[in-house]
Parts: sequence; structure tokens; C-alpha cells
Amino acid sequence: MDILVCVKRVPDTSENEIELNRAGNDINRDDLVYSVNEWDNYAVEEALRIVENAGGSVTVVTVGDEEAEEVLRREMAMGADKGLLLCDEAFEGSDGMGLARILKAAVEKGKYDLILTGAQADDGAGQVGGMLAAMLDLPFASLVNLIEVGEGKLKVGREIEGGNQEMNAISLPCVLSIQTGINEPRYVGIRGIRKVASVEIPRLGAGDLGLDAGKVGAAAAKVKRLDYFVPEMGAGAEILEGSTDEIIAKLLELLKAKGGLK
Amino acid sequence: MAQIFAYILHKNGVIDDTARELLAVARKIDASATPTALVLGAGSELASACAAAAGAYAQVWKVDNAALAYPNAEVVRKALVKLVPAGSIVLMAHEHFGMDLAPGLAIRMDAAFVSDLVDIEDLDGGLLKAVRQEFGGAVHSHVTVDLSTGAVITARPGSFQAKEEAAAGGQVADKSGAVEDLAGRRDFIEVVAAEVGDVDITKSEVLVSCGRGFEEQDNLAIAFELAKAMGADVSCSRPIVDAKWLEKARQVGTSGQTVKPKVYMACGISGSFQHMGGIKGNPFIVAINKNPKAPIFQVADVGIVADVLEFIPELTEKIKEGA
Amino acid sequence: MEPALLSPAAFKFFHVPAAFFAFLIPLIGIGAFLFIMKRRLDPLLKAAPDPRFGRIAQRVYQVLKIWLAQWRHPRYMTAGVLHILLFAGFLILGARSLELMFVGFWEGFTLPGFDGPLGHAYKVIKDYATTWVFFVVLIAAVRRGLFKPDRYAVPKRYGKDHTLEAIFVLGLIGTLVVSESLFDGSLLAAQIQQGHKAEFVAPATLAWFFRNLLADRPMASLQSLHIGSYFVHHLTFFFFLCFLPMGKHFHVITSLFNVFFMRLERGNIKPVRHGVSDAQLDELESFGVKRFEDFTWKHVLDFYSCADCGRCSDNCPANAVGRPLSPRFISIKGRDYAFANYPLLDPDVVKEADYQLIGTVYSEDEIWSCTTCGACEQECPVGIEYIDKIVDLRRGMVDSGNVPQSLQKPLGAMEKRGNPWGKMEKKRAEWTKALAPEFRVKDFSAGETAETLYFADSITSYDDRMQAIAQATARVLHRAGIDFGVLGKDEKDSGHEARRFGEEMLFQNLKASNTEAILASGARRIVTADPHAFNALKKDYQGLPPVEHISQVIVRAVKEGRLRLKPAERDGKVYTYHDPCYLGRHNDLYDDPRQALDAIPGLQRVEMLRSRDRSFCCGGGGLMLFYEPEEEQRMGVLRVQMAAKTGANVIVTACPFCLVNMEDAIKVAGLEGKMAAIDLAELIVGHLVD
Repeated sequence: MDILVCVKRVPDTSENEIELNRAGNDINRDDLVYSVNEWDNYAVEEALRIVENAGGSVTVVTVGDEEAEEVLRREMAMGADKGLLLCDEAFEGSDGMGLARILKAAVEKGKYDLILTGAQADDGAGQVGGMLAAMLDLPFASLVNLIEVGEGKLKVGREIEGGNQEMNAISLPCVLSIQTGINEPRYVGIRGIRKVASVEIPRLGAGDLGLDAGKVGAAAAKVKRLDYFVPEMGAGAEILEGSTDEIIAKLLELLKAKGGLK
Repeated sequence: MAQIFAYILHKNGVIDDTARELLAVARKIDASATPTALVLGAGSELASACAAAAGAYAQVWKVDNAALAYPNAEVVRKALVKLVPAGSIVLMAHEHFGMDLAPGLAIRMDAAFVSDLVDIEDLDGGLLKAVRQEFGGAVHSHVTVDLSTGAVITARPGSFQAKEEAAAGGQVADKSGAVEDLAGRRDFIEVVAAEVGDVDITKSEVLVSCGRGFEEQDNLAIAFELAKAMGADVSCSRPIVDAKWLEKARQVGTSGQTVKPKVYMACGISGSFQHMGGIKGNPFIVAINKNPKAPIFQVADVGIVADVLEFIPELTEKIKEGA
Repeated sequence: MEPALLSPAAFKFFHVPAAFFAFLIPLIGIGAFLFIMKRRLDPLLKAAPDPRFGRIAQRVYQVLKIWLAQWRHPRYMTAGVLHILLFAGFLILGARSLELMFVGFWEGFTLPGFDGPLGHAYKVIKDYATTWVFFVVLIAAVRRGLFKPDRYAVPKRYGKDHTLEAIFVLGLIGTLVVSESLFDGSLLAAQIQQGHKAEFVAPATLAWFFRNLLADRPMASLQSLHIGSYFVHHLTFFFFLCFLPMGKHFHVITSLFNVFFMRLERGNIKPVRHGVSDAQLDELESFGVKRFEDFTWKHVLDFYSCADCGRCSDNCPANAVGRPLSPRFISIKGRDYAFANYPLLDPDVVKEADYQLIGTVYSEDEIWSCTTCGACEQECPVGIEYIDKIVDLRRGMVDSGNVPQSLQKPLGAMEKRGNPWGKMEKKRAEWTKALAPEFRVKDFSAGETAETLYFADSITSYDDRMQAIAQATARVLHRAGIDFGVLGKDEKDSGHEARRFGEEMLFQNLKASNTEAILASGARRIVTADPHAFNALKKDYQGLPPVEHISQVIVRAVKEGRLRLKPAERDGKVYTYHDPCYLGRHNDLYDDPRQALDAIPGLQRVEMLRSRDRSFCCGGGGLMLFYEPEEEQRMGVLRVQMAAKTGANVIVTACPFCLVNMEDAIKVAGLEGKMAAIDLAELIVGHLVD
């Protein structure tokens, strides 16, 4: 099975303190460190496991600037066979739909039986997988936490409310967006990345993909981010202050009033 | 102004809480809108769901089709594409079904798509200015959405206050004829229920809920002691279940259980929206967290900035003394 | 004068000279033994290199002390004394066995130089040796068979009980000494009967006992006994020789070599591959041990040398808390693998190729369970090493991407941010802000200079509680009048645990970055309060200024009068000092922290039963804080209970990780209010004369 996994380079919330910049209109990007979006990493691991069992290849693709190449290398160090960097000034400022359009063009340049995305990203909207499927007219399932490969189709589990799992049969080719926890991704250390450091990663721009530059990028975006902000904390909790004993006394009073103590 | 539709989630003939919240979303977009509820399904359960939706919406479109007995996003999308006029605005809840359906629907409708809104500020010309959260709620962002060719919008459950309006006495229009062949390439097989634990937190009146702040599995013992002293049950957030410290049945949140306690003690829980999405019924929320910036303090009624590992044993002690 | 009995060399079995058999048996026995040894050597020859042929004087010293003088044996008194007696017996009787081998076909043979007084003296000694070996064998058999000390038990997951093999070998040894004594005793009895001048025999020996027992037996029986016991001894001896390389008694042969080649340094970690420099690491195809043949030859020799005595596992904290690790079985499983995959009789069946050890011979959790505390290596009487094997197996797993999720986050964060929590670099020296009212801590990264560099390392820099150690350390340095600074944002994690968890390249990066920052700082010496950082900078880094632990600084400053300490208050506090593994066992710093404590006048201090080089690990530092092991209880809890048993109510440590684990364990053990933990530097600061 030939699998394409769409990945994204993001600031990892666990290794960054996401704060507003001084101007208060963007996050402070001075000290950010980036990694591959956590959900996408699970998707790549799942693709590798499918290929280890059923044969085939794994290609990882991302839309981004030159720095985005590092996440492709990381995923190739994990075991992906090929990387594909979709890179063009015309792509800058694309909204989700624009990204899906760029990815669609890349999908059509190759031949894939299965396309995986992460279910969401920390700075995203959980939209690209579903859009890409609709654009390609392929069946889609989101929040996938189980894949079993069958003949010409897959059995997929989706994470739904209450921790329940919705099982579906879905025909191939298809697009799936992967939920975390579907597997335990393997570790990639510095050594793994160095091993693939010299592998050539093809770059494709709008022209290579046969994309109309007017249909992607900021100009075509129907959704635009204006700024970042942190809302006033006005409506927040009443913070209990004082010594621990005083806090506990006040808390016990409140709990009694609200029926929290029996 | 384009017509606004709200996709209604329902189960066993009962509509989801988000049905009324979407009405609030519609009003925020256009105060004078008369949104139409879309209720798709099959059989008698559908009839009760439509009746319930008519209690909130003046207009209800019903689609009765055997293929819709279980809401399969692909099938529902096919039906909606046929049903909804071009240029409309479709609202739905940002949960697992909305995530499955909405992005593809936007493409099929050739409409704009924006997800997981927590607020809407204004509509200026064809541009909707709305609020989202990013980076796990660390920051908010303003986005503009071009509504000129219609839009699919998902709203975060619990973010928009449903107004308890008098029965709308809405009209139910049967649109079943508008959709015919709904066969798809994805077939629903079954729902595998999560393992049931030894406690049903959905029925608990008081919950002591544990999060990452407990640091290690062994420390959960102090939560159980507090719960015992309070006569409460112990629940938790997702990281605790992911670490296999507690069983799935104790997890509160959109991917866990939905609870309706009177008092909710959020201990060492940062308060992600996925977690808060599992808390209904407006309980009295006490947040204990050592990080004063934790989002939980924005939604809690009372906050205590302290390390749970130090504070809880003292609290337990005091409760025992008082008892 | 005719001999009283025909010697084996003169005896005939139905016209066939017994000498023929006496010659044939050693011929076959030695031939078979050499063949077996050749096969046993095969895996060593295929194994990874390890240059252990230097520092001969030190190695000979180790052999004299640990092998010949059995230095580590009395740490377990009963078994140790028994073994020393047995070992001495073996050495003494070795000469006699050699002599007996020739006696069978060489009438009147004596070892060169043994025909005079030396021979007579030797005879007395060997008769007593034979006798004590006999009694030791009896005692050992009763001990193994009836009393069954716990540490010999084989837990179910590791296979069948080993008692039978032990008893069988004791039986062989018993047979050897009894037959040897019968051989002598029967001759002595015959000599007396025939009125010969009986040779002197040492009283109360086995030979003496048999002489008296057989005094009135018919000559024919004595002749049969004499020849029979000779051949029983002969056969048993050569059977035993060939049986040694089949199991745990291989140590009889290999221990000499294993001790000769044992590690001479502690605290260090072997390079990924000997002979490959850090700069060449990228050229290696594979890292660590994945297949058996990736072990070094010394590590294979370790497997052969394990005597199954159980001392390592008895001291292993991971084993004590029910983690799936028992160092003894690291060795035994390795040995069994070698025997099974290099079979004696089918040399073509060498199953190596892509046979992965992890998941078959060793489990992942087993290998991640080790805290590298070094208690096992400290105890092993034959110099088996475990830490390098564990680290090499981890390197193999890391190279295969086989790393628990709980460890991936901190490793990734160290790569990106230089600390396992992923905290911002610029906040590394934030702990210094709280000191601002008293004094200002210099920051090399801001271009300041100082004579001494205080290397705090990650946990002390970022953890809310452990920052108190950083502040206390800084106060000690300040009050001792030392001109010091910190690296601030330029300090990265020392990488000590990254390396010991098998992430060598991450360690190399951290080392390169820290080395550059340290050298650029111009500091002339380094002080740290974190034994892991201390060990890393001393053993894992090269070319740095001298490194000291804060306890050494305290002791010197007190002696020189630069730090003055006020008396301990009479508040009923009883202190006990817990030796951090990387300060004590790995660096031999046992006395400085104790001297620092004792420098506080009137401080009441008690020792735990397990202290100094038998200290019990707190639970492990660094990445071990992130790893979620399967275990029945925490190491820290056991340790806190040990402290409570001594009557102490304050545990003093000199390591931030020990403090984390102890403070947690006190809560878990329900000893809050009854027991407290404090860092040495904090305690000293609390007793500084104002």
C-alpha cells in the first residue's frame, strides 16, 4: 500500500510558553522551538506499521517554508521512504482550504492508496483531512484510533463520545485523520536524523503542481487570522487568599453551602 | 442575509444540549435571523427529536431515511448538499461528528469553513469576526470569515449560552423527498462501548477530579482520601487515563464521560476545553492548581493557587476534623 | 622394600596394565576439555572489541585482592567464609590432582621439588585441605538443600530452580576429596598391616580417618580400594573438568580472567564502540547491543563467569521493589543464550544473524528498570559489570526507535531546550533572583567572569523545590568567600542520564555545548551540588577544569575557618546521611558529606545499615523520574523505612534527585511529620553563624 501522510511543523505547546508579544497582536516567536505536530507523528507511525505488515511505501508531505524540511527529515528518520516539500511564496497565508488545495495537487501528482493526516494541530482547525477528501472525492473518517487492513478496504475505529469507539468499513483509496493514542510512535534521535540528512527532498512550487496561484495563498483565503490576544480574566474564579488554614475554612464554608460535603 | 441552518445532534429521540447553543450562535451572527434546524434520522426517534427541536427553532427541516438511522458523516453530507441552498450558513457543534462532517461539507458547498468558535464579535459587511482558541487555550485569536459564498461554522460546545426561550412552537417540514440515494463508501459497523469501571461518575453529585498536577500515580491516593472524606467519587482528566493511572470510565471530557455533579473539585487540572466539555449542569467548580495562569481559573467559581500534593492532604485533614 | 600395595602404575586388570587407562583417561579428558573451551571461545572471538590489556600492574593487584584474597566474599559472612575455604582447598589440591594424574602411569612420581621436606609439608597441608573441603561441602549441601537462603531462589519468570546443579557439583567435589583420601588411607592401612614404617599422616584428617577405619581390612580389599579410589578420582576429576564449562561452575576457570580484565574505573560508561572516537560515531552502522554478538568479549566472559551467587540481585534496588530486573539473570540468560546458540557438537549451528535480544532474551522493561546505581557491580565477587551492558542494550533500543513514550518527551525536550521539561533556556538562572536582596549571582552568559563556575544542572535550575538547593549552594559559596558565577542560559543539561539511557548522540551534543560554554567562561574550577552532573563532568567530559562536589567545598571551608557553623538545636532531631549512588559508589565520596554534617556541633547522626558502598538507591535520577516502571513499591519508600529503623527522623542527602524521591517517599510511606528530608547544602546554610 502506498501511503501519503500530510504533516505540519508547529510550536510544541509542551516545550514552549505560548505568550503574546509586546505589541499584543501575535504570539512571541523569538524563543519558540518547533516540532512535527503530535497528531501527524502518530499518523506517520501508523503508516509505517501498515507498510511493515502489508508492504508498500510511505511518503510524507508538508506545505511550508525551507524550515519545514526539518519535520520531513524527522519523519523520514522514523522510516518514511520519501519526503515532499510544497514550498512557494504563493502558498503563504493560505487558509485551511488553500492548504487542502495545495495538498490535493500533490496527491494527484502521485498514486496513493491511503492518505493520512493528523486529526488536528495545536494551531489549527482540524479541517485539512476532511477538505482534502472532499476535494479528491474520496471517503473520509476523522479521529481514527484503529486501522485494520482488509481487501480493498479498511476497518477503522473512530474515537467518539464517552470513550466509545465507532467502527466503520471504508473503501480504499480514502483519507483518514488520525487521533493520538492509536499507537506508540517510535523514537527518533539526533542520530536518526543525521542518517537522512543528505537525502534529497524534492520541492514543488505552484508551477510544478499545476496550481493557479490565485486560488491559494492569502488572497484566496476566506478565513483570515487577524491577531492573537488573551482575554481579560474578569469573569474568572474568585481566588481564595490567605493562610492555608484560612483558605480551607472559607472553602469548607462554600462547599457546605453548595452541597459538596456530606 | 443568507439563510442560517443548525445541524441538530440527537440520540434516542433526545436533542443534544448544543442544539440550543447553536441558536445562540445564529443570533450572534444575525440577531434577527430565523435559523432552521436540520434534523436528520430515521423512524420514531426522529419524530421525537424533531418535536424537541421545534421547541427551540421556529422552523425544523426533517429528513427521514433509513440510511440516516446512524449518523454517518458521509451520508449526512450527501443529504445536506442536496438540501441546503447555495450560499447558506450551516452551524454545527465542534465534536466528533462535526469534525467528521463539516470540513468536507464546506468544500461541497463551496463555502467558507471555520471551526471551533468560542465567540462571535460582529458581522461587518460579509465578514464575520469571530474568536477561536489556539495552543490548547493558551491564547485566543480573532479570525474573519468571508460569508459571501456561504459558510460552514462549528462552535465549541458550552461556549455559547443557550437562552431558555419559551417554546418556539416551530413548524416541522418534511424534506425527506429532497434526498434519495444516500449510499456511501463508508459503512457504519458498530459502536464498541468503553470498558465500564467500578464507578459511574455520570451519576456522582460530588467529584474530586485529578489532573496532571498529581505528577505520579501513587499520589492519586490523596485524591481518593479527599473523596472519601467528602463522600465524593474520583474522576480525572485525559492525561491520567493516557498514563493508565485510572480507568477510562473515570475520564471527564469530550473523549470521556459527561458528568453533571453539584460540586466539581478540579485538582491539578489545567482545564482544557476538551475536559470542560464533559462537565454539564453548571456545577460549583473549585479549581486547585499551582499555576495561577491555568485556564481552569477562568471557568471555575472558586480558585486556590496551591500545589495539590500539599493542599489536598491538609484539606482532607480539616474535613475529617470537622466530621 | 616392596611397596605395601601395587600402585596404579604397576597394577594390571586381567593382564592389561592399569597405567594404560590411567593414561587414556586424562588424554580423553583434556582433549574433550580443550574442544569445549574452543567452542566456548567462539562467541568471544565474534564479540565487539574492548582493549583491556593495559594497566597490567593494576590488573594484577585486582587479581591478588579480589581473586586470590577473595576480598569481596566476607561481605556475606557465612557463604563468604565457606567459599574462601573451598577456594583455598581448590588451589591447594590442584597440585595434588596434577600429581595424581601422573602417578597412574609413572611409578613413584612426585611433582618437581616435592620429594623432600617441601613435599612432606605439602602433604600435611593438603590432607587438612581435603578434610576441610569435605566438611565445607557437607555444610554447603545442607545449606543449599535444607536451609535454602532466599537469594538462590529462582523466580518463576526466570525458569527452573538451580539447586540440583549446585548439589550435584558439591557431590562431585565430595567424591574427589573422599576418593583421594581413600587412595591414601588404603595405602597407609596396608603399610601398617605389613609392618612397614608407616608414613606420617596428619591426625584428624580424612586420610587419617580412613587409615584407622581400614586398619584390619584384608589386603586384597585394600588393594582394590586403592586402585578403585584412584580411578574414581581420576574419572571424577576429568568429568568435572569437562563439566565446568557447562554451567555456573565455569567461573572456576573464568573468574581469574574475569577479575584480571574487570573494569578499573567506576562511574564511566564505555564508548559506543571501542576504537571509534566520538567524532567518528556517525560512521557506525548500528549503535549498541541488538544482537548477542554486539556485546564486547568481556561482557560475554562476564556471562560465563557468573557463579549464580545472587549477591548482585540481593543488592539490586530494582529487584527489591519488584521491577522486572534481576542482574543475576541478565548474566544467566546471556550465558544460556551463548550455550544454546553456540552448541558444542554442531559447530555449523550458529544462530546469530538478525536474532534480536530485546523481546526474546531480555524484555524492554527489564532493561529500562535499571537506575545504574552500581550496587550489583560493587558486590560481584568475580568482577561482572552490568551498567555498560544495560547502557549498550538501551543504545540498541534507542537506535531502533524502541523508547517508551514516557521517555520520548523529555529526550525531545533535552534536544530542543537543553532540559527534560522543555522549559525556556532564558529561565535557567531564574532561581538566582530570590537571592538578589542578599547578593548577586554572576552570570557568565552575560559576559561576567569569576574564578569558580557553579554548574547547577536541570532539575536544580527549574524544579520549584530543588531551586532551594541551588540557592543554598550559592549561599554556601558566597559565605565561603568564593568568587563564582553560573552559565545561565548557556548551561544545558549535563546529559548524564541521556547517556545512561542510551541516547548517546544527544549526550554528545549536550557535552559539546556545555564544554564550549564552560571553557569560554574562563572559570578555573567547577562546583556542583548534583552528583549526576558531578559524575558527568568528571567522567563523561574531557578537558574541563577540576570539578568538586559542594560537600568537598564545605569541608575545606569549615577547616579553613571560612564557614562557621553554629551548634545544632536540641530539638530531638536525629540525622542520617543517605549516600547518593553517583557520589558514593561511583566516586568514592563517602567521608566529605559526613564530615560536613559532623562539623555542625552537637548534631546527632546515625548510620543506616545499608550505607556507604552498600547504600540503597533512592529510585533513580534524571530520566528515571519520567520512566514509569512496573513495580510493587518505590525504592524511596524502602529507603525511608530503612532510615526510620535506625531511629533517624531527618534524612540528609546531597543530590537533588535523592531529595525528590525521599520527599515523595515520605508522603507515600505515610511518615509525614515523623520524617523529613533535606539537602546537605540546605542544612549547612541553616547552621551558618549569622
